[in-house]
Amino acid sequence: MMSEVLSDRPTTSRTSALSARPSGPEPVLRVQNLEVTYYTDAGRAKALDDVSFTLSAGEKLGMVGESGSGKSTLALAMMRMIKPPGRIEAGRVIVGDTDLTGLDDDAMRKARLSKIAYIPQGAMNSLNPVMRIGAQMVDAVKSHMNGESRSSIGDRCAHALKSVDLDASVFRMYAHELSGGMKQRVCIAIGILLNPQVIIADEPTSALDVVTQRQVMETIDRVQKEINAAVILIGHDMGLMAQFVDKVAVMYAGRLVEVSTVREMFTDPKHPYARALISSLPNLDNKGVFQGIPGLAPSLLRLPTGCAFHPRCTHAMDICGTTRPEVRMLASGRVVTCHLFNEEA
Amino acid sequence: MANLLELKNVSKVYSRGLINTKATIALQDISLTLRENEPTILTVAGESGSGKTTLAMLLLGFTTPTTGQIIYRGKNITTLHGKQRMAFRREVQAVFQDPFAVFNPFYTVDHLLTVPIRRFKLAKSRADARNRMDEALTAVGLRPEDVLGRFPHQLSGGQRQRINVARALLLKPRLLIADEPVSMVDASLRANILETLRNLQRDHGVSIIYITHDLTTAYHISKSIIVLYRGAVMEAGDIDTVIKSPRHPYTQLLVDSIPWPNLEKRWGVQPIKARDSGASTEGCRFRSRCPMAMEICKTPPPLFRIDAHHTASCYLYAEQPQVAPDHLSELLPA
Repeated sequence: MMSEVLSDRPTTSRTSALSARPSGPEPVLRVQNLEVTYYTDAGRAKALDDVSFTLSAGEKLGMVGESGSGKSTLALAMMRMIKPPGRIEAGRVIVGDTDLTGLDDDAMRKARLSKIAYIPQGAMNSLNPVMRIGAQMVDAVKSHMNGESRSSIGDRCAHALKSVDLDASVFRMYAHELSGGMKQRVCIAIGILLNPQVIIADEPTSALDVVTQRQVMETIDRVQKEINAAVILIGHDMGLMAQFVDKVAVMYAGRLVEVSTVREMFTDPKHPYARALISSLPNLDNKGVFQGIPGLAPSLLRLPTGCAFHPRCTHAMDICGTTRPEVRMLASGRVVTCHLFNEEA
Repeated sequence: MANLLELKNVSKVYSRGLINTKATIALQDISLTLRENEPTILTVAGESGSGKTTLAMLLLGFTTPTTGQIIYRGKNITTLHGKQRMAFRREVQAVFQDPFAVFNPFYTVDHLLTVPIRRFKLAKSRADARNRMDEALTAVGLRPEDVLGRFPHQLSGGQRQRINVARALLLKPRLLIADEPVSMVDASLRANILETLRNLQRDHGVSIIYITHDLTTAYHISKSIIVLYRGAVMEAGDIDTVIKSPRHPYTQLLVDSIPWPNLEKRWGVQPIKARDSGASTEGCRFRSRCPMAMEICKTPPPLFRIDAHHTASCYLYAEQPQVAPDHLSELLPA
C-alpha cells in the first residue's frame, strides 16, 4: 500500500540533482526525500525532514549530529524499524535495485541482514544472554536461507567469526563470557553473515575505550573491504570520522545540513553548524582552548521558524528567521543547506 | 606545606569464591599526594578494568583499602567520625559518569541542590539558599531560571551534568573526583563542561582528580597524568610530555589509538594484541600484550625516572635511576 502512495509522489528536481552527484560508479544505496514523524501527545515531531543521499559500494559515510538530531531515526527508518508513534511519511530507500519502502513485511524481513544490516549501539544489550553466540548466528542464517545445509551454515558462521578476528570457540560461548569489544565484534559478525550491500553501524564504539574502539573500527574497515559493502557510521565523535570515513554528512534537527568528503569537511567546512563542530574539536595544538557551540539543540516539537539553526548561528541573516533554506548542491558537488550559499549553488 | 590528600601504598583486592578464593588486584601499591595550597588537575587514565573507578570509590570513602592508608588533611578517612566525617563529605565531592542516572526522576532538579544546603546547614534563610543556588548555577554557565523548577527529563544531558558540577560547587569542596564526567555527553557540549571544571580549579581553588579513558580531553584540562593498567602505574608525569612522547609501550598504544580529528594524523599501524584475561599477575602486567616483552619483564618493573617530570614503569628504561613508588607525586607538576 505504501509503495503505491510513494510511487505517485513526483520526484523533485532536487532529488535528481542529488543523485546525479558525480560519485563514480552506480550507487548501491539511494535514500530519497525520507521523512519520519513521531506523533506524541505534545504534538508532531518531525525527526527526519527531506533527507536524501546516495552511497556507492565500498564507500564509507559518517553521519554526525547532536543527540536528538535524527541520526538513529535515520538508521531505523532505513531498516524500516520505526515503531509507532513514529511513522515513515514519505521517501524511499533503494538498495541496489530494490525499493525497501515498497516491500511487504515478509520481504522486508528477508531484506534485513541480506541487503542491509544494522550494527546496534549497545552491543552489551543486543545479544541474547541465554542463547549461545553460535545459536544466535545460526538463527539469523536459517531465517533467511531455507534449506541451507547444516555444514554450510556452520562454515558461514565460522568464516564470519574469523573475519572479525574472533576465535572459533566463541561460537559455543554465552554473551557474558565475552568482553565489550568482543561482543561488539560478534554483532559485526552477525551483521556480515549474509554479505549485505549496506551496513549501518550506530555508534558501534560509544561504550568502549580507545584501544578497543580502534580494534572494532579496524574490524569494520576490514570486513567492509572484504565484502565491498557501503558503510554508514553514525556517531558524534568527529575524531573517529576523520580516521574512518570517506564522506561526512552533518545532521541538525532532522535535516542534512552538509554532505562533503572528509577532507573538505575538515579543511573547509561550509555550513556554520559544521564549522562550529569542527572548531570545537580538541587537538594537540590548541591546548586549553574550549570552544563549545553556544545554545542548545532545539526541541523537534517547537522548531524555530526558517532555518532551525538560526538562533545559534553566528552568521544568521534576516532571511534565516523567515525562510527555510533549501538543500543545495554547490558547484564542487558538495551539498549544503544554508542561505549563505544561495548564489554559489 | 600541609597535604590535602595522601595515599600511602594503597592496594585494593577484590576476592570472590568461598572455597577456591580468586583474588583480583584492582589497585596495587598506589602512593599519591595532593598539596593543600596548590590546586591542580590530575588525570587518572586507563582502559576499562584498569582500576580507575576503584580509585574513585576509595578516595570518596565508599570502599576501604585492603592495605595502605588514605589520609585526608592528616586524618585517615576510614576512621573519621561525627563532625570530621561531615566535613570530609562536604569537602570531597564527586561528579559521576552518567548524568541520567544520578537524578531522582520524581523530584525537580532543585531537590539535588537544596538537600545538601539543608544537610550541611549552608544557608541562614530561604533567600540565602536561593542566592547560593543561583550563584552556583551561574558559575557553571546555566541560567537559574532555565533549570530551577524543572524535572530532570526536561533537561539535556549537558545541562544535567552541569547541575551536578554546580551541586559540587555549592558545597565549596576542596577536592572534586570527576569520574568520566563527559563520556556520555555530546561532543559539542563537552567543551562547556570541561571549561567549567577548569574554572573551578583556577578560580575556586578546587583540586580535581579527573578519571577518564579519553586522553584527548585529559590533555586539554589537566596538568599531570597517571596511566594505570590493571591496577598498576604504567607511566606518570607532566601531561604534555606523556601525551606527546609516551615512553611506556602501553601508553604508546593508548596514544596511538586516539582518534585525532586530524587527517594527517592517522591511527598507528602497530597491531593490537588482544587482552588475555587469564594472564598472570606476576611481573609486568602489560607483558602479555607488549610488543617489546623481554625475559626480565617476568619480575615486576619498578618506576624509572625519565626526566624531572616523567616516569615509566618499564625495563626499557632500566638504565635510568629508579623512583620509589611513594615518591611518585614528586614527579607530578602541580
